[in-house]
Parts: sequence; C-alpha cells; structure tokens
Amino acid sequence: MIDVLYFAWVRERIGMPKERLDTGAATVAALVDELRAREERYAMAFSDLSALRVAVDQELTDFDAPLAGAREVAFFPPMTGG
Amino acid sequence: MSEEAGIRIVVQEAPFDFGAEADAFAAGRNDMGAVVTFTGVVRDVSGGLDGMEIEHYPGMTEKALARIAAEAQARWSLGEVLVIHRHGKLAPGERIMMVATASPHRKDAFEAAEYLMDYLKSRAPFWKKESAGGGQSWVAAKDEDEAALRRW
Repeated sequence: MIDVLYFAWVRERIGMPKERLDTGAATVAALVDELRAREERYAMAFSDLSALRVAVDQELTDFDAPLAGAREVAFFPPMTGG
Repeated sequence: MSEEAGIRIVVQEAPFDFGAEADAFAAGRNDMGAVVTFTGVVRDVSGGLDGMEIEHYPGMTEKALARIAAEAQARWSLGEVLVIHRHGKLAPGERIMMVATASPHRKDAFEAAEYLMDYLKSRAPFWKKESAGGGQSWVAAKDEDEAALRRW
C-alpha cells in the first residue's frame, strides 16, 4: 500500500488531496500509467508530465524513480514559494 | 519548527512579527558582523488582487527548507540562518516569508540570503493561488526562477 498525495491544481483536478492505493507499480511512471487508466480526471491531471513534479517519501525525484519500499508519493505542479 | 546548529525553520499560518524576529536573530553573537534580512510581501501588481492562498506539503516543506538552509550553511560562512514561511490565506501587503542570515562577512550574508530565496522559490513545496475579481488562479512558476538556480 502506498499513500498518493496531490497538491494545488493536481489536487483540484483529481478531486481529493490523498488516497491509499494498492499498486504493483515498479516506478513512478508505471504508477502514473495505472492512474491514467482509472478515470478521465486522472488522465487529465497527468496529461502533460512536463507540467508536473513528483516527490517520493518527501524527496523530489524523477518519473523514472523506483517505488520499491516507498510509503508516500506526491504529485504537484512546479513550486511557487517565496 | 526545526532546530539544527544555527538553523531555525518556521512554517506557520499565523503572521510573524518581523521586528521581533529581526531583533532576536543572532542576538548576542558578537562574532557576526553582518546580518541580512529579506522579507517577501503579497504584491498586487494589477491593482485587483483580493488575496492569496498558499498551500504546502506538511512534512516535506520543513525538510526541504532545512536542507536548503543547511546547504547555504555549508557554502558560506554563516553563524545563523532563519527561514519563516507562512501558508493559508494572505491579504495584499501581508508578509509571506522572511529569511535572515548572519555571517562574519557581508558578502557571505548577502549571497546566502539570495541563495535561500532562489532555492525556496522553486524547491520548497509551496503553491500560491491568487484571488481577483471573484476568480481564482494558481500562480505559474516562472522560467526565470528555474534559471536563477543555475548561477549557484
């Protein structure tokens, strides 16, 4: 089981901040493919990966990052702090 | 809040007292000859901004800020580093965040403050949403913010 978190417009498009998924996805990209196949709102949110950033266990990483042992994956747009 | 050697990170919804923070920062450190503070304020460019809401990623935010501060401490001669960043609803003119750096040397204090700002703009998980004229829109990240990281 893995916690999947969504922030900012990704959260709005998917319609929830967090869900717990049972997935066998080996990488972030494989998880994205699983999510896209679920429902249109996911396909929309993940239509352009260049507009998204991902963190695994609260560390920024890439879409080809492995998910083995990961507890938490978060998807969000480029950050706008400061 | 996290406390490492010389690093203080605060992420909170409530306003902070800039004067009190600046006053207390590096107080009693007689070896710090230079203190730089920077404050970010909600800016109303068009004149029609009603406010802003800042979302963040609790847990990751504090870690990311602590790491950026530690990196600054490793690169420059810094005695103290302070980062305060707010989230939630903010009105135009309200202070969003502040950084402070203390160093024996002015150049280190200035450069480290700029480094902190450049990194926390695009590497700390905050997202700004502006409200204006009854509508809301997410603030898009700027290419120049990403480009700013390349000089470090």
